[in-house]
Formats: sequence, structure tokens, C-alpha cells
Amino acid sequence: MKRLSGACAFIEALRCEGVKHVFGFPGGAVLDIFDAIMDAPDIEFILTRHEQGAVHAADGYARSSGKVGVCLVTSGPGATNTVTGIATAYMDSIPVVIFTGQVPTHLIGNDAFQEADIVGITRPCTKHNYLVKDIADLARVIKEAFYIARTGRSGPVLVDLPKDIMKDTIAFKYPDKVELDSYCPTYKGHLGQIKRIVDLILKSNKPVIYAGGGVIHSNASEELVNFARTMQVPVTTTLMGLGAFPSGDPLSLGMLGMHGTYAANMAVTDTDCLIAIGARFDDRVTGKIDEFAPKAKIIHIDIDPTSISKNVKVDLPVVGDCKMVLQGMLSQIREQKDEIRELHDHIRPWLECIDKWKKDQPLKYSQGSAIKPQYVIEMIDKLAPDDTIISTEVGQNQMWTAQFYKFQEPRLFLTSGGLGTMGYGFPAAIGAQVAFPDRTVIDIAGDGSIQMNIQELATVVQYNLPVKVMILNNGYLGMVRQWQALFYKKRYSQTSLAVSPDYVKLAEAYGARGLRVENPGDVKDAIQQALAIKGPVFVDFVVEPEEDVYPMVPAGAPINNMLLV
Amino acid sequence: MRHVVSVLVDNQAGVLSRVIGLFSGRGFNIESLSVAPTLDPTKSKMVITTTGNEQVLEQIKKQLNKLINVVKVIDYVGKEYVEREMIMVKVKAKDETRAEVLRIADIFRAKVVDISSNSYTLALTGDKGKLEGFIEILHPIGILDFIRTGTIVIEREMHTRRKLSL
Repeated sequence: MKRLSGACAFIEALRCEGVKHVFGFPGGAVLDIFDAIMDAPDIEFILTRHEQGAVHAADGYARSSGKVGVCLVTSGPGATNTVTGIATAYMDSIPVVIFTGQVPTHLIGNDAFQEADIVGITRPCTKHNYLVKDIADLARVIKEAFYIARTGRSGPVLVDLPKDIMKDTIAFKYPDKVELDSYCPTYKGHLGQIKRIVDLILKSNKPVIYAGGGVIHSNASEELVNFARTMQVPVTTTLMGLGAFPSGDPLSLGMLGMHGTYAANMAVTDTDCLIAIGARFDDRVTGKIDEFAPKAKIIHIDIDPTSISKNVKVDLPVVGDCKMVLQGMLSQIREQKDEIRELHDHIRPWLECIDKWKKDQPLKYSQGSAIKPQYVIEMIDKLAPDDTIISTEVGQNQMWTAQFYKFQEPRLFLTSGGLGTMGYGFPAAIGAQVAFPDRTVIDIAGDGSIQMNIQELATVVQYNLPVKVMILNNGYLGMVRQWQALFYKKRYSQTSLAVSPDYVKLAEAYGARGLRVENPGDVKDAIQQALAIKGPVFVDFVVEPEEDVYPMVPAGAPINNMLLV
Repeated sequence: MRHVVSVLVDNQAGVLSRVIGLFSGRGFNIESLSVAPTLDPTKSKMVITTTGNEQVLEQIKKQLNKLINVVKVIDYVGKEYVEREMIMVKVKAKDETRAEVLRIADIFRAKVVDISSNSYTLALTGDKGKLEGFIEILHPIGILDFIRTGTIVIEREMHTRRKLSL
């Protein structure tokens, strides 16, 4: 067998995993790998301008395509710069494999130049991580890393590669299968429990499905839609679940929680049967936990047993893959035509009640002389093609997008839900654009967040990635300002962005196009113009400075206690 | 409530810190901990004693099971098991107390493992209650130094209601 260097074996392993794109940034400890990359034209390397951007890009690639995102950076600062990106992927269960360089094994622990104990640092924010100390382990570790990242509750896995291991040689053989005796996620749900779930739903009077990101990760959207429509059960989704159920469907309630719709929050408060699917009862969803779905029997379907009864006591849990459990539920109801008809009859008043909530308190905003950010998002939704991928930053821009952009399909919405990472959206859009070069990719940003990874403008220009960045420029860190306005007597401590760059000139300085819009009448034209431009564009929408996101549930309040417009 | 949890893990660098991290990450104190390889040298067994409410402990057990390097988690609450711990105590033993220390050692079936002109070092194994009783008795005489291993447990084969104190 031909002997390969560690670096070449690494590239070979990526090939065996079918990796086509790697995001990253070079450095001293990974010189051998980058040298080997020059001889691997089948693997496209995307050089970001910051390692955080590389992980977010790999994350956006994974979220939009469903494949494992791959990232390669150097040791020390290169590795530590990935931590925010890794924590972001971990909180949202995104399959990413991060390869970090490390100083040679004999120097580990010596405070060597650009040394960081990245395995120690990332232990609490990775699904698993490895330090490869022997080249004989390299192929097995890479195989396991990809396997662990994409199976079960997916998540980021980090592999630390010391420089001497990359220089060493080995007769390369990629293992056929993974042997991990202590890791075997449960996919198939318990049949008895599935039957009990269906029975409970059939007997309920006011059922609601609460769907989360797990539905998207397990590609269970079709089954969810099928089940909800057959049973006529209304569906609310979390931020991470947006797109899992088409928001145009009459059964859709939109998002629930802190900035959820009135109908969703009222329905969850009043339901007698809450069916949580691939969701984890996050505090932004539940509000005051003791008063969350107080009248309901709670059903929880999740692949991760640690999610069950973590925050809310569950009456009927099923550990398993959302798709397989939903398939089980669908085959269970196939024989129950009469019971379903009965269910339809006795939940009619419930559906009417929900329709009334929707009509009484729809999402709304008032037009004014200044551009309203919600209007910009509605126009983007109207003008962009159906398969457009939308990413957001974090804050008001994110919540308005979640509310006003009507996601009809899964994997079209990329946002940092769990960690709430400002600066996520732009690099994530880069990852999505790399995965889908022919689709429209738009980052809906705020003027605060966009500056957190603005260096990636160079990346979009270099690779001619036609990402459109729509900046809702209100001159504030808007969401924090909103809290200060509501709960801190309008004392705007450090939330006014007194100095900001001229985004048009900035985009142009990098070689991208920039547009500025100041009048509501010009919004439509500007979006059309931006969408028509072949390359990357920044559009700076100067919007109403003190617009707030409503509805809003104050922190710690029950979710039916909403501040409305 | 006091919990004794045993965790079977891969015998690898970093595994201990993954396990401990789950406790510290939730602000949970570990009362005692002992780790050693099993008969299969690729695996280690940890025994952790801790106190906490049921819900948090349930969550920790699930999280432990989720770690890739954890093979098996057993909570001994509600189980019949034998528990042992060892202590070594260096006790002041001047003329008037020298014989008394030896008498106490004899009663508790402790062993003298070191001796000097003004001290004895005693080693004793037993469960938590016995060791604490021993320390309490020796305390007025004067404890010069003291060290204690973590608890180890093994499940009983005979599931009698009556606890055999052998």
C-alpha cells in the first residue's frame, strides 16, 4: 500500500467523506495540509477573512444543504477564533467538523508559540472532540468525527491535528464502518408510545403541534405537514423550526414565544394537548415555565433523551428521530378514518377560536414617513424567488424576519437561535451561497450585527458570491435599545451607534456594489435592483430609528401576557 | 438527597474532565470521586457521590449517557450495595493517650500502618458512617493529618431487605 503523509491522508479522508468544500484560514501549524490542498483541485477551499467567519460559513453550508460543513484553521488564535462559531453550531445542533492545527506533539503543554488547548476549551461546546496523537488513529478519528457530527442529535465535532502528525507517514486505509460501542442514537420510536400519542391526540379537544429545528434536521417536514393536515391540528414553530411547516397553510400559527404571534401564544396557553416535535422548551419559547401550556398533556418527540423533561415535565415522551416517529404516527392513523372524522368534528370550535385570534391580532405595523423595517422584509419576501435562502443576524432584524418573511419550505432560513450570535448571518450566507451557487441568498442584517463579521466582504468579492446584504440601519443596537426603552426608563446606555461606516462606500471599497435607500417609495426598486445585480450587494436601508418588535412577552412572564402594538 | 453514581468510561486522556465538566457546568458539587481501571484495561470505572434534587440528577445521568466515552451509568439509589471508603489518620499518641489510641483502633478494626514516638498512623476501611464515627472519637485526642479516599460501591448479589453488615 502506498504510504501517504498525514496531510495527504487527511485530504484523502475528506474525499472518502465526499467533502467538496472547506472553509478556513491557513497558519503555521497547518502549512502541510494547505500544501496538500494545492494538489486537491476537487476540494474547493474558501478563504474567509476570520476563523469565526469560516465556522459560520460551514454552519450555513450545513443548515442549507443538510450536509456536514467542514472548516480548517490553524492552532492557537486560529483555533480560539472558532469558539463562538462552534458554540453557535452546538446550540442549534448543526453538523460541522472543525479541524484545527496544533503544535507538534512534543511541544504540547509547553506554552509553545500559537499553542492553545483547544480540545479543553471546546469540550463544553462540541458534541465530541479529539486530539490525534498517533497517525495510526487519524483515519479512524476523521471517520468517527463525521459520523458523530451527522448522526443522532447532530452537532459540531472538533479534531485537533498536531503538526508532526501531518508530516508523519502512514499506509492509508479509510475504515468502512465506525465502531463506537458507547454511541448508538435511538432512531426508531417506541411503537407502544407512538400508539398512545395518536390516541391522546384523537381524544383531545384543543391540540397544538409545537415544531422545532429537529423537524428540519431530520428532514421530517413532509411528514409533519401530512400529519397536521390529516388530523387538522394547528402548528406553531420555534425560530429554528420556521419553514418546517408552510406559513401560508391555514393551520399555521407562525412562531411562538417571546416575539411569537398572538394566536400561537394564546393557543399554547389554552391547548389541552401539546405535541412537541424536535423542540426543547427553550426559555425564549416558554416564558414563565410554570404557566407554560398549563392545561395540556404534553407529548414530546425528540432524538435526544436529555431534552425530555429537562425544563417541562412531559406526560408522553418518545425518544426517536422525528421523521421516523412521524411516519409511525402516520401509519398508525391510516386505519383510524372514523376516529379522525370524529376528531375533526369536535375540534372545529377550537380551530374557529384560533382563526378569531389570528384575525383579532395579526402581526402588524404602521407605515410612516420613514422606512419601516418590517416593510423592507415584506418586500424582500414578495420580490425574491421562492427558493431564496435567507440568513439573519441577531436582534430586531432576526425577529422581524421570523415574523414577516413567510417561510414555506425547510432549510431556507439560517439564523443563530440558541446562542444568538451577532455576526452570524453574513458568513452563514456565504456558506449557503457556496452550497447553492445558483440560488438567491440574502442576509437580513442590522447595522450593529453586520459590523461583527464585515471583513467577509473580501470573501464574497474574491469568490464572486452574489450574496445580498439588506441592512436595516436604525443607528442603534435595536433589540437592546428596545429593552432599555421598555424596562430601563429609556436610558439608552451604549446602544446608540453614533459612528457607522458609509456602507455604500465600504462595499465599493471592497469591490462590491452598494445602494442606499431613504424613502419608503424607493424600497421596492432598490430590492429589485439588488436582486438583478450578478455580484454581491450591500443595501443600506435607513429605517425608523426607534421601531420596536411586537408582540413581546417580557422576560419571565407567561407567554399569554403579551405587549401588543 | 445523596446519590452514588458509577460511570463506566473509556480509559483515555480527557475523559475524566468531560465527566466532571458536566457536574461543574451545572454548579453541582462532587462530594467524592474515585477512578481506576477495570479488569478490561481499556475501560475505567468512576464512582461519584453527590447530593442534589432528583430532577437535576436525572438530567446529569442523561447527559453522562450522552458523552461518547461513557459506556454505562448506574445510580445506586434504591439498590442494595456494599459501600467502602478508606481513611488514613495520623493521631497524636503521647504517654497518656498511646494505649487509648490502640484500643480505639482495635475496636474499629483499624490497622497501624506507621508509628513514631509521639504518633500512630491508622488505616481504616468502612462505610461513611463507620469512618465518621472513628474520626469523631479520635478528634479529642488530636488528629495531626488525615486523608480519605472516595467511596467505592459494588452491588449486592443477595437482595435481602436486611442489610448485612459484614
